[in-house]
Amino acid sequence: MTRMVISRLLQAIPVLFLVIAVTFFLIRLAPGGPFDNERQLPEQIQQNLLASYNLDAPMHQQFLDYLGNLSKGDFGPSYRYPNRSVTELIRTGLPITLELAFYAIIIALGIGILAGAIAALRPGTLQDYVPMALAMTGICLPAFLLGPLLVLIFGIWLGWLPVSGWGYSPGDKILPSITLGSAYAAYIARLVRGGMLETLSQDYIRTAYAKGLSTTQVVWDHALRGGLIPTIAFLGPALAGLLTGSFVVETIFQIPGLGRFYVQAAFNRDYTMILGTTILLASLIVIMNLLSDLISIWINPKLRDPSRESSNG
Amino acid sequence: MGSSIDFHPAGSVWHDARRRLKRNPLAMIGLAYLIAISLLAILTPWIAPYSYETQNLQLGASAPSADHWLGTDVLGRDLLTRILYGSRVSLMVALAATGVALVIGISWGIFAGFRGGMTDAVMMRIVDILYALPFMIFIILLMVVFGRSIVLLFLAIGMVEWLTMARIVRAQVLHLKQQSFVSAAKVTGLSDLQIMRRHLLPNVVGPVIVYITLTIPGVMLLEAFLSFLGLGIQPPQSSWGVLIAEGVETMEEFPWLLVFPGLVMSATLFALNFLGDGLRDALDPRASMRASK
Amino acid sequence: MFSTPHTVLVPFVLLALAGCDLGPSNIESAPKSQILHLGNGTEPQDLDPHVVTGVTENNIITALLEGLVSENPITLAPEPGIAQSWSVDDSGIRYSFKLRDSARWSNGDPVTAHDFVWSWQRMLSPGLAGEYAYQLFTVKNAEAFNRGDIDNFDEVGVKALDTQTLEVVLENPTPYFLSLLAHYSTFAVHPDTIMAFGKMDQRGSLWTRAGNFVGNGPFVLKAWRLNYVVEVERNPYYWDADRVRLNGIRFYPIDNANTEERMFRTDVLHATSTTPSDKIEVYQDQQPDRIFISPYLGTYFYRFNVTRPPLDDYRVRRALSMTVDREAIVNSVTKGGQLPAFSFTPPNTQGYFPPDPLIQFDPVGARSLLAEAGFPEGQGFPKLTLLYNTSDGHRRIAVAIQQMWKEHLNIEIELENQDWKVYLSRTRDLDYDISRAGWIGDYPDPNTFLDMMLGGGGNNRTGWENPDYDALIRQAATTTDNATRFELFETAESILDAESPLLPIYTYTRVALKHPSLRGWYPNVLDRHPYKYVYIAESDEVQQ
Repeated sequence: MTRMVISRLLQAIPVLFLVIAVTFFLIRLAPGGPFDNERQLPEQIQQNLLASYNLDAPMHQQFLDYLGNLSKGDFGPSYRYPNRSVTELIRTGLPITLELAFYAIIIALGIGILAGAIAALRPGTLQDYVPMALAMTGICLPAFLLGPLLVLIFGIWLGWLPVSGWGYSPGDKILPSITLGSAYAAYIARLVRGGMLETLSQDYIRTAYAKGLSTTQVVWDHALRGGLIPTIAFLGPALAGLLTGSFVVETIFQIPGLGRFYVQAAFNRDYTMILGTTILLASLIVIMNLLSDLISIWINPKLRDPSRESSNG
Repeated sequence: MGSSIDFHPAGSVWHDARRRLKRNPLAMIGLAYLIAISLLAILTPWIAPYSYETQNLQLGASAPSADHWLGTDVLGRDLLTRILYGSRVSLMVALAATGVALVIGISWGIFAGFRGGMTDAVMMRIVDILYALPFMIFIILLMVVFGRSIVLLFLAIGMVEWLTMARIVRAQVLHLKQQSFVSAAKVTGLSDLQIMRRHLLPNVVGPVIVYITLTIPGVMLLEAFLSFLGLGIQPPQSSWGVLIAEGVETMEEFPWLLVFPGLVMSATLFALNFLGDGLRDALDPRASMRASK
Repeated sequence: MFSTPHTVLVPFVLLALAGCDLGPSNIESAPKSQILHLGNGTEPQDLDPHVVTGVTENNIITALLEGLVSENPITLAPEPGIAQSWSVDDSGIRYSFKLRDSARWSNGDPVTAHDFVWSWQRMLSPGLAGEYAYQLFTVKNAEAFNRGDIDNFDEVGVKALDTQTLEVVLENPTPYFLSLLAHYSTFAVHPDTIMAFGKMDQRGSLWTRAGNFVGNGPFVLKAWRLNYVVEVERNPYYWDADRVRLNGIRFYPIDNANTEERMFRTDVLHATSTTPSDKIEVYQDQQPDRIFISPYLGTYFYRFNVTRPPLDDYRVRRALSMTVDREAIVNSVTKGGQLPAFSFTPPNTQGYFPPDPLIQFDPVGARSLLAEAGFPEGQGFPKLTLLYNTSDGHRRIAVAIQQMWKEHLNIEIELENQDWKVYLSRTRDLDYDISRAGWIGDYPDPNTFLDMMLGGGGNNRTGWENPDYDALIRQAATTTDNATRFELFETAESILDAESPLLPIYTYTRVALKHPSLRGWYPNVLDRHPYKYVYIAESDEVQQ
């Protein structure tokens, strides 16, 4: 276990380096620089601007300088917001997005696992169809549709909840969390149901029944564990994706999170900000995928068996 | 033993599957619906009541009427016609993009999971890198280099969708590798490729089908987003995703512009899911046993 | 086993519990608190008047700083600001400004003429790379200093004769010079504060943060929460503080027009920065007192790339222009009271009216022009591409025009949208056939539009060049008499109409939502609302 974690963390180094290098040069390939505006700037002002951000240096020099600063923990200034550093932008936005993602995933896991498990126990009955139809509806209602719809119903027609904000007035966190969580809840419900049906038909479940264990014991100890495997594989990247996927929800509800920065940075050609958020995302993906693999092993004790080939991936 | 099924000649597996599928009413309804909507999509140019691009600016957005059964959009174009034409794009995107995701994702996942060790590590780290690269920049570059094209759209969507597929398949394979029938197969001297094809592939079909049916709505909406950015279809063409995204903007003023495309797309997804579940059950090597239990 | 319906209900129960009482809304409490809540587009890039370039930033900076002149809230005519009076010599080149005694920085320091000299030097420093430095290029030697051709700022035409007197010498007589002084790029900043947080020409130092910012306007910066709100409160040191009625303003950066509209509808905002076009009719029908349409000094138009055949033929360009039904576009697509435009300069730009338009909606005439150019009934016309930057609004207009050309000229046009930066670099490199564009005046004068089309100008972007046109514009730039200038502009503009390198579509309007209790908020062509005249009326006045 420990060996696996260490080896995975070591693997993260080349992953991060490649992500940084590819992103660094890709964004400079995209037409239009950070300081291109509707009005054409006089040549001299353009030059002054590039010089003040070291953007007139040769490409490889810029890259080396960037890596040098990065090793000191300096992500550089944002090109879009001249008096903010990338570190500050991330530090302001990340906690908000993390909180939003946390509520969303709690909602998604709670509803998703429950609905999926209930459905899988009696496939082909009403107990299966009702939660699954709800899940399907959830999938058919993307955030950009569900968000405005919830706002319309609960914010405007009923007047129960604020239509925007995050922590500014009571209850303003409810609608965004539900909006972000619901699609994931639907995904999880479907995946759990599928995974559990798969597991329930395995030999060892029948063995468990044969041993005289109760349904609850079988479901809890065996079926749910096996059934969660696809879900957990999905959750790793999904959690990291929540950070960037929160963009839509943050925009609809006017939440000052990181998702908005991440997407806007690309359109603004805010090179340093794009790199900063990409590094953050890459680290999260490495960590989340590692966690999700660790949980898979923990849930599925057989994978822990030391006599078997270590699952190093 | 579940594995004994796998030693039947391939033909009989498919035959059994077809028989089981036919006995599943929901799956057959789903299949019938999908065939019907595909036929409509194919026949659209001959059956559409109006041209998809003809505008009537004076009319503007109008509610459903005898002339326009599903109403018209803000530029006065017939909504029914636009939904029909949209189905061509959306169904094609769903098919092509998931096709790409399936082929790459499954082979990647099975191979990595089965081989394990260094191969697995390298392959999965590549997946991590692709997850992390900024998608937006990738799209902008694609457009700049290649211009607008529908093939590019399939590629762009397929390229992102296979990643999670690969992870799910690999996780499933790791799980399966511990099962007795795989070790049994190894003992009988089957080659790795044969084990992957005969034993692992059929057993990952379940989660794969579930995941595919899950991603299809996502794929259709991603198409709308990419089209908005300029990568996908170009106006005046339409797709379901584009119609829904536009409909959301005016959901209070002209609700029919959201409701009808939404209903059509939801119905299709329900049908897909019924069929998907049916297929999953039908292809499941152990399905007959569970039924008899 | 759990039953599904209950678990599904949990969030809804939570909803109901949480949603009991939301307290008084921003709007309800405003008449007492005199706090104004404004939707303000995007997050401000910075609040340094010498670094930023946007409208969003302008809205906040004009609350925090004041220039030598301020603007009449209705006519935008220059009014005394930090300068209580000024004079100009007969040549129209030498200005002298008398600063008022009572002008103070928000820390109590007096505002001096030296502060302005220092600030203009800062604005023009090559190191600061201020994008709006060219706003001061009318000042003698300012451009040379900005380019680094001269190092000594004493050679630039701005001097403090004493602490209260500022003298400015221009390159040429510039009739709109006073209007430029109401633009934030010419405002003074507090030198000691800048130096306390960095160098004179340092971009992005921390002096613009809340707590650090020292200004001379009606308000001071109270809080700046990223992507959420910028809060300003009353500045007791402001020279005209007695006139200020608001206690504070909150500027919310809201990217999404629909979100902004919903916030307005639930009484979070007094006014929005824009309105979703499909909502305009609804408000006009149901709450006409809440929709606020003002003419705007800007033109929405298409550019033709005249270096590419067949667009190198003026007859083709005119035929395309004559088949765009602008009435239909403003009435059925944009719906915001925009005016159909047939010339580039908006009508009544400080009293200037473009010549009688040569181009009218005339499909028959257009077809014969196109036939003359060698494409009878559109035959053999190549498939041109119309480039626009990604946006719903631009797309709708483009789709409508695509259809008009197909219907009237029988030609097919392909649409292509690209993100903003790609679009900019493509138009700059003349890598397009037809492209969408918009131009907003920097100052209320026809020159801000017409000098765009000078041959080789950075914003021309059509490849079009005409020596007669250039001569007329340059002559107008050195003419002091307004009537003569306008005649020159008219002649120049008739060349532009005849050659049609541009296809004007409509004159912009600003369509915003505004609560009836918001007073002292007048429509004007630059959408500027000097805050010292603004207040919020009592609630019983609101009831109508």
